[in-house]
Amino acid sequence: MEFFERFAIPHPSPAIYASMVVIGLTVIAIIAGLTYFKKWGYLWREWLTTVDHKRIGLMYLISALLMLFRGGVDAIMMRAQLATPDSKLLDAQHYNEIFTTHGVVMIIFMAMPFIFAFMNYIVPLQIGARDVAFPRLNAISFWLFFMGAMLFNISFVIGGSPDAGWTSYFPLAGNEFSESVGTNYYMIAIQISGLGSLMTGINMITTIMKMRAPGMTMMKMPMFTWSTLVANLIIVTVFPVLTVALAMGTMDRLFATNFFTSSNGGMDMLWANLFWVWGHPEVYILILPAFGIYSEIISTFSSKNLYGYKSMVASMVIISVLSCLVWAHHFFTMGQGAASNSFFSITTMAIAVPTGVKIFNWLFTMWKGKIRFTVPMLYSIGFIPLFTIGGVTGVMLAMSAADYQYHNTMFLVAHFHNTIIPGVVFAMLAGLTYYWPKMFGFMLNERIGKWTFWLLSIGFVLAFFPMYITGLDGQARRMYTYSEATGFGALNMISFVGAGIMAIAFALIVYNVYYSIRYSPRNIGSDPWDARTLEWATNTPVPEYNFAITPQVNSIQPFWDSKKKGHVLFPAKLDKIHMPNNSGMPFILCSIFFVWGFSFVFAIWPLVILSTIGIFACLVLRSFEKDHGRYISIEEIKETEEKTGGAKL
Amino acid sequence: MKELFPAKQVMGFVFSLILTAVALAVYFLDMSFAIGLTVLVVTAFIQALLQLVVFMHAGETKDKWSIYGNVYFMIFIALITIFGTLFLFNWDM
Repeated sequence: MEFFERFAIPHPSPAIYASMVVIGLTVIAIIAGLTYFKKWGYLWREWLTTVDHKRIGLMYLISALLMLFRGGVDAIMMRAQLATPDSKLLDAQHYNEIFTTHGVVMIIFMAMPFIFAFMNYIVPLQIGARDVAFPRLNAISFWLFFMGAMLFNISFVIGGSPDAGWTSYFPLAGNEFSESVGTNYYMIAIQISGLGSLMTGINMITTIMKMRAPGMTMMKMPMFTWSTLVANLIIVTVFPVLTVALAMGTMDRLFATNFFTSSNGGMDMLWANLFWVWGHPEVYILILPAFGIYSEIISTFSSKNLYGYKSMVASMVIISVLSCLVWAHHFFTMGQGAASNSFFSITTMAIAVPTGVKIFNWLFTMWKGKIRFTVPMLYSIGFIPLFTIGGVTGVMLAMSAADYQYHNTMFLVAHFHNTIIPGVVFAMLAGLTYYWPKMFGFMLNERIGKWTFWLLSIGFVLAFFPMYITGLDGQARRMYTYSEATGFGALNMISFVGAGIMAIAFALIVYNVYYSIRYSPRNIGSDPWDARTLEWATNTPVPEYNFAITPQVNSIQPFWDSKKKGHVLFPAKLDKIHMPNNSGMPFILCSIFFVWGFSFVFAIWPLVILSTIGIFACLVLRSFEKDHGRYISIEEIKETEEKTGGAKL
Repeated sequence: MKELFPAKQVMGFVFSLILTAVALAVYFLDMSFAIGLTVLVVTAFIQALLQLVVFMHAGETKDKWSIYGNVYFMIFIALITIFGTLFLFNWDM
């Protein structure tokens, strides 16, 4: 029995037992459903073994949406707990676990896969490629992310969730203060999905560098592709730092090393340092692709080409360099001197300059444009003022002397939600609505979409703006309750109401999907928004080879030129197309990684050794495998083009 | 025959063996911590560059600039991270 005791939750509550039942029932329902409808073969052939960038993109998308709701439930529980003073809804330990998982899930398992979804789906289409550079590596990236996410998500029913915050600072995260396996989950799950992100980084850079259509020079790439390139360059730069930091943290917890302990020569501050060397560029990894999506949308719906293309590119490159120069602003109060704090203050404020350039470029793109107020455009227009407020409070936080006042208060919480929600989440929802017809062949309902936008914006303002005030009044973040005498009650109640409105908005998105599946017209063609870039030059649904003929590019908006200026997009003749084969290896390899991670969390060494051997066996098998892909014949291409409405031959 | 003989690679291989031997000597010879670590760091970086240029053939193709551009960018970021950390925790604390 002793063996099984460690899998028990150290801090159970009725809510957790209820979730166990729900998880059990869901798993049974999925298995029963797949068996009843005889979909196991379909699932394996079409999804689990796929190396198609579009299908992998869709799987990223679905995972991201699922995680959005998981993290959203955490958020609602936090706001409900803080809505009234001295609330007994959650206890301190439960609250700690919830804010920790909320942060990790939202950043690493929601925002990251969401941007990867768009990168995977859109970038090869935008540059006129047939797939990413390494299709099978792409599948491994996805499954590593997915297994990491699943490993992290089972933590709250098996063994207990991490509770040291999403930053997981040592010595709090060390064995002495975090005895349960929760922080092991943190270390291992993020490690596994981080490996996937690193591989995606290499994959995307290679794809963009090597596989652009003829004529597309670097300075003719669409803005989303540029932002993807820059973001992935940052990924390759900083994810190794996270990998190393997590490995050191894991060793501290499992093998009694002393990297981050406060005794025996360890240095706990080094964790915070390494974490933010990765962590600050990480937020730019999220926001730059979001900027790219906004650029595409604003240009399309203003019926103008993007204002200041070169300055857009330059400002992104400058941001990518500056983002690696500012990490210490996360711990101004840790005790270093005024000189280093001043240095990091100035670099932080400097980021506002290229970001400001981008804001003005979007405004000038809209200036005198013929603006169409569609749902994606509404999100983009809402983003500009809301994100600017987040940026301005960011500059306030950047002043290291003043930061002693703001540090660790709700002011900070309000600030980063104010950049991430209008910045990243709005961009993801805008991109989702914008690219939905390309992915699924019908549009999302505009009317429900507009309701969603307004509810989300109003809910966001109500939820987070009061935190600026309570923060300045001294409400600390991560405190599970406060007394009535502090006077924070009313403002926190407003926050809770705002969070509730946001929850309604997210529920409306689900309803919108359901409604649009039932009622949306299907005869929308392949270019419903009258867009400008190459991804809209393919048929809908996009055939697996993307373009029957590789497009010829002449400017930053070749598709627009082909519609309006008579540019010949497909000058060549049909030829057979070389495509990669599907493979079950990525899924199997990453399933073994899941077992490896799980046994590492609970220190079950025989299983660790077995699964490590399994992982290496997969690598060896792959090295000796001969897979030259396959060819799609001209007849088959013609047939597919006929079926998908391809009048372009 | 001379064209077929991979002189550059053989020389590189010998040189990398020498570098390994020098690094190994730190363990066997009695020297101060600072000198030992300096030797290790210097040999490690030369070794890495040697591998990149001689055995991974960086700079032998048209995309030379993108390979070296990436390498320079990474070195730049690594130096910033290391010296930034030293700045924070050693020189200003």
